[in-house]
Amino acid sequence: MQPDVELIGVTKRYGGAVAVDDISLAIPPGSYCCLLGPSGCGKTSTLRMIAGHEGITEGDILLGGRNVTDLPPAARGTAMMFQSYALFPHLTALENVAFGLRMRGVAKAERLGRATEFLRLVQLERMADRLPAQLSGGQQQRVALARALITHPKVLLLDEPLSALDPFLRGQMREELKRLQRELGITFIHVTHGQEEAMALSDIAVVMDHGRIAQAAPPREIFERPASAFVARFIGGHNVLDLPGGRFAIRTDRTRLAPRPGGPVLPGHVTAVEYQGAAVRVVVRGEGGQAAEALLPDAVFHAAPVEPGAAVTLGWDAEAAHPLPATATA
Amino acid sequence: MPRLFPWLQTAPLLAVLLVFLVVPLAMLVVVSFYDYDSFSLIPDFVLTNYQEVFTSAVTWRTYLKTLWFAGLTWLVTLGLGFWLAYFLAFVVRSPAWRMVLFVLTTVPFWTSNLIRMIAWVPFLGRNGILNNGLLAVGAIDRPLEFLLFSDFAVILAFVHLYTLFMVVPIFNTMMRIDRRLLEAARDAGAGFWQALWCVILPLSKPGIGIGSIFVVVLVMGDFATVRLMSGGQSASVGLMISNQIGLMQYPAAAANAVVLLAMVLLLVSAMLRAIDIRKEL
Repeated sequence: MQPDVELIGVTKRYGGAVAVDDISLAIPPGSYCCLLGPSGCGKTSTLRMIAGHEGITEGDILLGGRNVTDLPPAARGTAMMFQSYALFPHLTALENVAFGLRMRGVAKAERLGRATEFLRLVQLERMADRLPAQLSGGQQQRVALARALITHPKVLLLDEPLSALDPFLRGQMREELKRLQRELGITFIHVTHGQEEAMALSDIAVVMDHGRIAQAAPPREIFERPASAFVARFIGGHNVLDLPGGRFAIRTDRTRLAPRPGGPVLPGHVTAVEYQGAAVRVVVRGEGGQAAEALLPDAVFHAAPVEPGAAVTLGWDAEAAHPLPATATA
Repeated sequence: MPRLFPWLQTAPLLAVLLVFLVVPLAMLVVVSFYDYDSFSLIPDFVLTNYQEVFTSAVTWRTYLKTLWFAGLTWLVTLGLGFWLAYFLAFVVRSPAWRMVLFVLTTVPFWTSNLIRMIAWVPFLGRNGILNNGLLAVGAIDRPLEFLLFSDFAVILAFVHLYTLFMVVPIFNTMMRIDRRLLEAARDAGAGFWQALWCVILPLSKPGIGIGSIFVVVLVMGDFATVRLMSGGQSASVGLMISNQIGLMQYPAAAANAVVLLAMVLLLVSAMLRAIDIRKEL
């Protein structure tokens, strides 16, 4: 099947600095794609290039098989939901949603009617006459979402859409984004720096680092087989250890304090114990200074509790150790 | 006693307003009902001063002319001021350059009004720089008469003097417009003019309102510019008042001043009704 969004050797340079370095990526139709990485990794530049708000230094961007590299945003069939929403402060929620239709010259009665439908889609029809300043953060976000969707984009681009919300709302909006994406069947490209968000939402997660793609795969594959030490560390839940057989990523929840006889081990001292409810995190400084941790189910921990300072030996099953390329830096 | 504290705290400001605003205005109103002859004021309560204002055709024409000057100056300064502010706020990218250019727009303000007006005379006169230049390149075969001592010269001087009052408040509101709104508008398919009309213009309204009040109030009260630049061929209400004062007709001048004040207040309240400037204050 032809990919919805295809980047071919896309590069972005600001003066001498390279923000995005020759990335290629194909996103299958109707998928939820998360661009993930630390700040400054080039994920937002990539999104803005797809949207058409940023020029492309080199390479091509194809949407639905059409080269859109030099097209303005509205001609691409994309719509963007901006970080902190960028709602028009002088227009009501309804007029904000209708804005895209107004720009396309749709008559007033029709565009307000259609905008009402989209406000209903995000459950905000009662707030139609409010100005953005009279809406809560979550409501503003829904208005921004409806505004982006009203022109029936083939691809919706979301720039850190959840970062301004409190944790409770964030969880709720996350479900809603996923539901909308499933119902509309269009591609969502979502920039985030939270791996939890990316894991929860994405069909395909793209981990970026220094303007390059470190790994692009379904989140389960990334978690189970990280492509590099950077990915393993960034996605979290892994110990990255230099062992006699090379460098390995071992999931912290597969690491135990009671080593199996004959299995791989890392002796050391406990430096911290953190109670997390269902699990307990035990941080260990191994011999040779390597830091590692074990995420133990609470029952397992409380059966044989340890205190900071205690000498322990971490162990894991040999097959739980995922080998990493030795060339990986950092 | 504690109930008096708020009054005591506002007393200094109240005194200033009373002495410098309320008392002079009250005196103006009182004098406007006085009678007068060639040499003296006669305390009285007569309506003749107002009758003269409202029945004399010359006075009506002067008021209309003043409104016409104000309207035309407002249109030109608004057009110039909006685009200058737009250029400074949205076209100039570097903050340093923006600052330099903004200071440049205030340069004409560093000299007195009078000097700035007089500076036009050698430029626009019958044998002025402009006419001589145009004659020299053969664009015209006799000097243009309308350049100086004309309504054109008056409007030109007003625009020169007051465009800055339009630029500054509009620039100020434009700088507060979130740049992402323009991106959002572009994303929604807005072209340049659509973004200007649907986003920038409505969000610049408070600045336009404040600038308009400045310009209209200044032009309505002006007398020096009209006298100098029209060469005495045009009159404004301010000039009329100034002439009446020269002739010691204080009550007539006071009546005109009261009418002018009422008119300006009406204009300003109409503008405030059209545009909500509270966001800027």
